[in-house]
Amino acid sequence: MTANDHSRFPFFNEAQAPDGAAGWESMYPYFLVPSEETREEENSRFWFADTMHWSRGVHPFDSIGAEAVYLGAGQNSTRIFVLPTSLGLDVRVVNGYVYISPIAVTDPEEIGRRASFFQERAGYYYANWDELYGRWKEKMLAAIESMRTLKFTPLPELDPVEVVTEARGRSVSWDVIENYHRLIDEFFLVWQYHFEFLNLGYGGYITFFQFCRQAFPQISEQDVARMVAGVDVLAFRPDDELRRLAVLAGELDLADRFAGFTATSAADALLDALAGTENGQVWLKAFEKAKDPWFNYFAEYGFTHDQDTWAGNLSIPLTGIARYVAKLQAGEDISRPVARLREERDRLVAEYRALLTEEEARQFDELLNLARTVFPYIEEHNIYVEHWAHAVFWEKAWELGGLLVSAGFTRERDDVFYLNRFELDTVLFDVVESWAIGVPARGSKRWQAEIDRRRGIMAALQSQVAPPAYGIPPEQVTDPFAVMNYGVTTERVQEWLGAASGGDARLTGIPGGPGTVEGVVRVLRTENDLGLLQPGEILVAPITAPSWAAAFSVAVGVVTDIGGMMSHAAIVCREYGLPAVVGTGFATARLKTGQRVRVDGETGVVTILTEAGE
Amino acid sequence: MTVYTVPFDSEACRDVREVGGKALGLAEMTAAGLPVAPGFTVTAAAYRDFLDENGLRDDVRRILGQVDPDDRSTYDAAERALTERLSRAPLPARVADEVRRAYAELNARIGGGDVPVAVRSSATAEDSGGDSFAGEFETWVDVVGAEDVLAHVHRCYLSVFTGRVLSYAVERGIDLRTVEMAVVVQKTVRARSAGVMFTLDPITGDRSRIVLESSWGLGLSVVGGEVTPDRYVVNKVGLSLDQRVLGDKRVEYRRGDRPVPVPEDRRERLCLEDHEVLALAALGRKLEQLQGRPQDIEFAVDEDLPQDANLVLLQCRPETVWSSVKRAPAFDAGTGLMSWIVGSIGAGARTPAGAGDGHGHGGHRHG
Repeated sequence: MTANDHSRFPFFNEAQAPDGAAGWESMYPYFLVPSEETREEENSRFWFADTMHWSRGVHPFDSIGAEAVYLGAGQNSTRIFVLPTSLGLDVRVVNGYVYISPIAVTDPEEIGRRASFFQERAGYYYANWDELYGRWKEKMLAAIESMRTLKFTPLPELDPVEVVTEARGRSVSWDVIENYHRLIDEFFLVWQYHFEFLNLGYGGYITFFQFCRQAFPQISEQDVARMVAGVDVLAFRPDDELRRLAVLAGELDLADRFAGFTATSAADALLDALAGTENGQVWLKAFEKAKDPWFNYFAEYGFTHDQDTWAGNLSIPLTGIARYVAKLQAGEDISRPVARLREERDRLVAEYRALLTEEEARQFDELLNLARTVFPYIEEHNIYVEHWAHAVFWEKAWELGGLLVSAGFTRERDDVFYLNRFELDTVLFDVVESWAIGVPARGSKRWQAEIDRRRGIMAALQSQVAPPAYGIPPEQVTDPFAVMNYGVTTERVQEWLGAASGGDARLTGIPGGPGTVEGVVRVLRTENDLGLLQPGEILVAPITAPSWAAAFSVAVGVVTDIGGMMSHAAIVCREYGLPAVVGTGFATARLKTGQRVRVDGETGVVTILTEAGE
Repeated sequence: MTVYTVPFDSEACRDVREVGGKALGLAEMTAAGLPVAPGFTVTAAAYRDFLDENGLRDDVRRILGQVDPDDRSTYDAAERALTERLSRAPLPARVADEVRRAYAELNARIGGGDVPVAVRSSATAEDSGGDSFAGEFETWVDVVGAEDVLAHVHRCYLSVFTGRVLSYAVERGIDLRTVEMAVVVQKTVRARSAGVMFTLDPITGDRSRIVLESSWGLGLSVVGGEVTPDRYVVNKVGLSLDQRVLGDKRVEYRRGDRPVPVPEDRRERLCLEDHEVLALAALGRKLEQLQGRPQDIEFAVDEDLPQDANLVLLQCRPETVWSSVKRAPAFDAGTGLMSWIVGSIGAGARTPAGAGDGHGHGGHRHG
């Protein structure tokens, strides 16, 4: 390690595996793991932790996400839209955590060549955005639907008679193989779609942002974002449904039924009790109606198999509803201040615009229009990809887990996630072929032992927090997406380098939501701990997805490890009027539950005021 | 009858040729309902009659004619000769009577004896607005009593011909005979704190910011650079306080005559409360909207006045540095992502045909 070297982060080959995690490399596809042959290349670059997507060490099967995300990003940046200065993001898994490295184009001639392709191709999308985005939604929903129809049912003793009477000539066991391949295909496709619009969307937004920075050098990122942000967007629908159901509960005189309901309460008991009354049945009908699609929603981000959706764990939405019911009973107004937000947005735009010359105002209008055209995609796409598509994907992956157990290949349903997607392909073939031949699956013993070993490794990996970066940092972080989406800026990287020793009472990040607040810290590493959050506390998390909605109505401030101005935590905090500092790099490691801190959402500084228990 | 004095709140005080730029600004602020310390202007007509009734115009022409632009010693000679000549010339009786009357009126309005006033020049010139000669003439504060006011009006007249003003005029090709001197007489504020506010950021030129610099006591210490003032940056849009930078305020002018040391405990304390900064910024923004361009404003917090009415604007003028440079277009899409994206907006609009039926461009391989 190079603890005293402040010019670079450790190299991958200097990283120490935690105790009990030796051999972790064998769990992932070879191209995701640093290797001796690629060391020179790896050590020449800068890698930062993508804890925005994977806040914990990833299981072997879950590493498919790292493949899919950076396949889609690369295809669209490098080959489809030909971004002039950036290719894709290279990706590695180190000690279970995902690290990425933006690949820049620096040769001016090459940049110029790529720029002409880019203008033609991106221009086509910008000119036809609404229509193409409409088509995107259709093909996205089609892909989700296609995944939903895939079935992984236990293999029967004999093929059904229809295989004979319809003269299919094909065993139903082959569906397992075909459906598995289709599931993987659709998943990769969804992620290509994801990036079809994302970079162009960010580009359109950044262009307006840069215009504002040139016209008003001191304009805050907040103000730019607030001029562009939508007020009625899909991203807030799930939480709006909870508010609506809380209001309905009040109207139907059911409020006291929700009293005291928390994340650890039994959802079934509450729902059964409600079914026993006439009003309760009316309410349940509305509840059922809201479920699909709005509860197909991950409490976190849907990048790992072990996350609950609201639909999968009804205690989550019921806790949210109960909180809103309590607020209503306390006389609070729980409606999202849509009118105020819209007014505020219009006022900001009018006031900044009034400071411009006529010619500048014309450009301002044009670029604001572009930014607002593309922004709905930035705000809404997660609902389709991270929530709806991932919900189906993991549901199917769990079915595969069940299939392996029923075939006697594994003991537990979640054993499947200890195999990476290539290993699972071979295992499924083994299962199907052994079934066909009429012998016990040949790899069962061997994989049982391996899965046991990997369980130990995973536990060790997940007990550690990811260091924020590896390798040699660039003098300037210029990649606009690294900056806007991940909050990885030049200053942040310098702070990471300097803060390795810790002990500072200040933590700096990106201003996420305006305002300043003091409060007691609650560090939550996963959404499963959400019930621990007490009213008035400051939520400290690796990252917060918009779906931590219930938390936003309880917390008074938010601090995250990763994320930029355009990250979901920031978007939602602005929506909720919560002071927030995102992209601090270390918050979950450095802050302790019980500490009193000040969160300054204007400057992006978190200050520790008193230690826990003082 | 010739008008020799006009109060700030009269329509006549809006005639820039007669009252000069400084007085015009005060009159406009007063008319807009902005808090301005009360006072009146001695008009340019009074100055003209002073020259005419004392037969000074020929002397002025003669003495100024002896100035050799290349010989600085002739400037000093001219100043000495004109000062000697003008100081012997009395103010016309009608002018003096008018000033006494206007001062008495001001006293009556405020109540309680002779009010200490500030006496400032408000020069007018045919070829330029009030902002020429900015800072070339002197200001006196804490002038008390009608006779002392008259004496300082007289000193204002003399100040037209100081060597400093002469060289300023020569450099700019201004004929000092075309310069007329109106005089502003205004209640002195009892400044707890005072300073200068720009309705743009003077460093970056950002028009969405308002920057205030302020120190303890009268604004002289800030304007004269005798202290490092506290600095505040306010977002003009939404009026939020973005930044406070504590200064180092070693001296303050409790009165206009001399600075005194600031007690240790106040040096490193901010001299404006947040709500005062925001209220001042709101006044600045209103004034900018009124004038249609960024402003440079002097302000004070008057310790004699009640809390909710203690902010006073002393002077405003158009900001000249950023406003006079031809501003580069805000939008320089010369480099980087911005240029490609802006270029692509055009490209997409120009070549929809290149995209065939809209199903080309390879995005649809999946059926």
